[in-house]
Amino acid sequence: MKEYVLKRLAMLVVVLFGVSIITFVLVRAAPGDPAVNLAGEHATAQVLEQIREKYHLDKPIYEQYLIWIEMALKGDLGRSIKSRELVTVEIVERLPTTLELSIFAMIIASFFGILAGIVSAVRQYSPVDYGVMFGALFGVSMPVFWLGLMMLFIFGVKLGVLPIGGRLTTGIYLERITGLNILDSILTFNGEAFLDSIKHLILPSVALATIPMATIARMTRSSMLEVLRQDYIRTERAKGLSERVVVYKHAIRNALIPIVTVIGMNVGLLMGGAVLTETIFTLPGLGKYIADAILAYDYPVIQGFTLFFATAFVIINLATDIIYVYIDPRIKYK
Amino acid sequence: MAEEEIKRRTRIQDVTRQMRKNKSAMFGLGLLFIIVTLSVGAPLFAPHDPHDVDLDRQLKPGFWSDDGLPGFYLGTDALGRDLLSRLFYGGRVTLSVGFVALGFAVGMGILMGISAGYFGGAVDNVVMRIVDILFAYPALLLALVVAGTLGRGIDKAMLAIGIVYTPQMARVVRGAVLSIKETEYIEAEHAIGSSTWRIIFKHVLPNSLAPIIVYSTLMLATAILDAAALGFLGVGAQAPSPEWGLALSLSRKYLVTGAWWAATFPGIAILLSVISLNLLGDGLRDALDPRLKGGAKL
Repeated sequence: MKEYVLKRLAMLVVVLFGVSIITFVLVRAAPGDPAVNLAGEHATAQVLEQIREKYHLDKPIYEQYLIWIEMALKGDLGRSIKSRELVTVEIVERLPTTLELSIFAMIIASFFGILAGIVSAVRQYSPVDYGVMFGALFGVSMPVFWLGLMMLFIFGVKLGVLPIGGRLTTGIYLERITGLNILDSILTFNGEAFLDSIKHLILPSVALATIPMATIARMTRSSMLEVLRQDYIRTERAKGLSERVVVYKHAIRNALIPIVTVIGMNVGLLMGGAVLTETIFTLPGLGKYIADAILAYDYPVIQGFTLFFATAFVIINLATDIIYVYIDPRIKYK
Repeated sequence: MAEEEIKRRTRIQDVTRQMRKNKSAMFGLGLLFIIVTLSVGAPLFAPHDPHDVDLDRQLKPGFWSDDGLPGFYLGTDALGRDLLSRLFYGGRVTLSVGFVALGFAVGMGILMGISAGYFGGAVDNVVMRIVDILFAYPALLLALVVAGTLGRGIDKAMLAIGIVYTPQMARVVRGAVLSIKETEYIEAEHAIGSSTWRIIFKHVLPNSLAPIIVYSTLMLATAILDAAALGFLGVGAQAPSPEWGLALSLSRKYLVTGAWWAATFPGIAILLSVISLNLLGDGLRDALDPRLKGGAKL
């Protein structure tokens, strides 16, 4: 086990090194003069000269990379062209929005996905099963941005029961402690902000949850069916245990093990979805941040954000794999 | 069934038979056929010129309303262009981004997967580390960043999505090659002195086709979703292209005014295309690779 973790950590270093090179080259490969890209189109010749010097663009490319990576390791990802703010500061500022949205979406996806998968497996080939699988097919095929817009139109515009965007209604005050609105409103006993934050979260998190929910439901179903066919389940039935005990006490526990991986795998999917969901519901999170940066050709942000996010993603994947080994004693890694 | 009859059936006939029995897969195939035909034959089927702007018919509803204009069945968009015709023409763009991107991924994936799986050793190590590194980026984010830094346009979107799906395909091919490499008939080929290229192209590759076909179909479904997402975010197709994601994005602000159709129908078109491919892919998986059975059924 220890060996496995160490080996994975060594691989992590290799992957992160590759990620940093690709991220660096990708942005350098962008068409146009990098100095102009960094300074913006309307920069004067003098500013461009300063930029070249400041970002060491006059030095050979490998030296530029080393300087960049050294700064990144020190926590300096450069400054946004648009806002002139430090990229790290902007990431930290926007992280809670995406985090809150993703956590909410993941809770919805896991809860309903697992529930639907179990019901569907226990009643295989029943109308309920067909209904769930039909719904899951729609879920995995759904363009998230379209679903979000349709929900916005129906619940926000036509019925007017939920807000169509943002995190908090203007006029409602909430003290920022963690940046997670729900948590902050609980910490400050702010009932009004609490309810308002939840209202704002419902549509975007349901939209974001759709695809993971469908994949989790499918995975739970097939995993449950697999477990229900096992000998020990037959033994339990033969012992005369009630179906309820067999399913809920024994089968589910074993069936849920692979779901952990699926949930972990969905983190990347959530980030892609967050770009779309945050754009639709105008949420000031990381997804909207990168989408805006790309549209504005804000290269330092693109570079810094990509490095930051790929690193986070790799670490989350590793964590999922390690958790998986811990909760499933049957798996032994070499 | 007589034993002789079983023998006479080839693998392809076998798969075709199984597919015919699978209603949801056949439904998917039929739906896909209709969508592709309408898109490819857009000049034949479209009732209007998709670029014909007329500000007098802005955002007119379609057949469901009395305010609709005759001949404009799904209504018009914000520039008065016929929505149905734009859907047909838009399919050409969205679907071709998906197809070309996937073609790139399949080509590169086969190249990488075969070198890694067949030659093993250092080659395997290098190729798989590249795959690991590309996997370090969430798919849509990588596509967005690649397309965004290269510039705008469908050619960049094709390349970006192609790059995203390459590592996935490489893993699929490598897995298939690894299992075939160890079989006895490959050993026999080695024994009779067949060249490496002959073994790869005559034996390893044809026998790896089943998973490649299955995953290509399923990946094409998500590649189309990504193509539309890039269009929606503004880095894929550019106006006045009738690309579905872009059309949806440009029409979304009119949802608030009640003109729901301009944003709704492109979304339905994307959804139906993706569903058809997912149904077909699941059916192919059941027919070609029974071990992986258990996908969705209608």
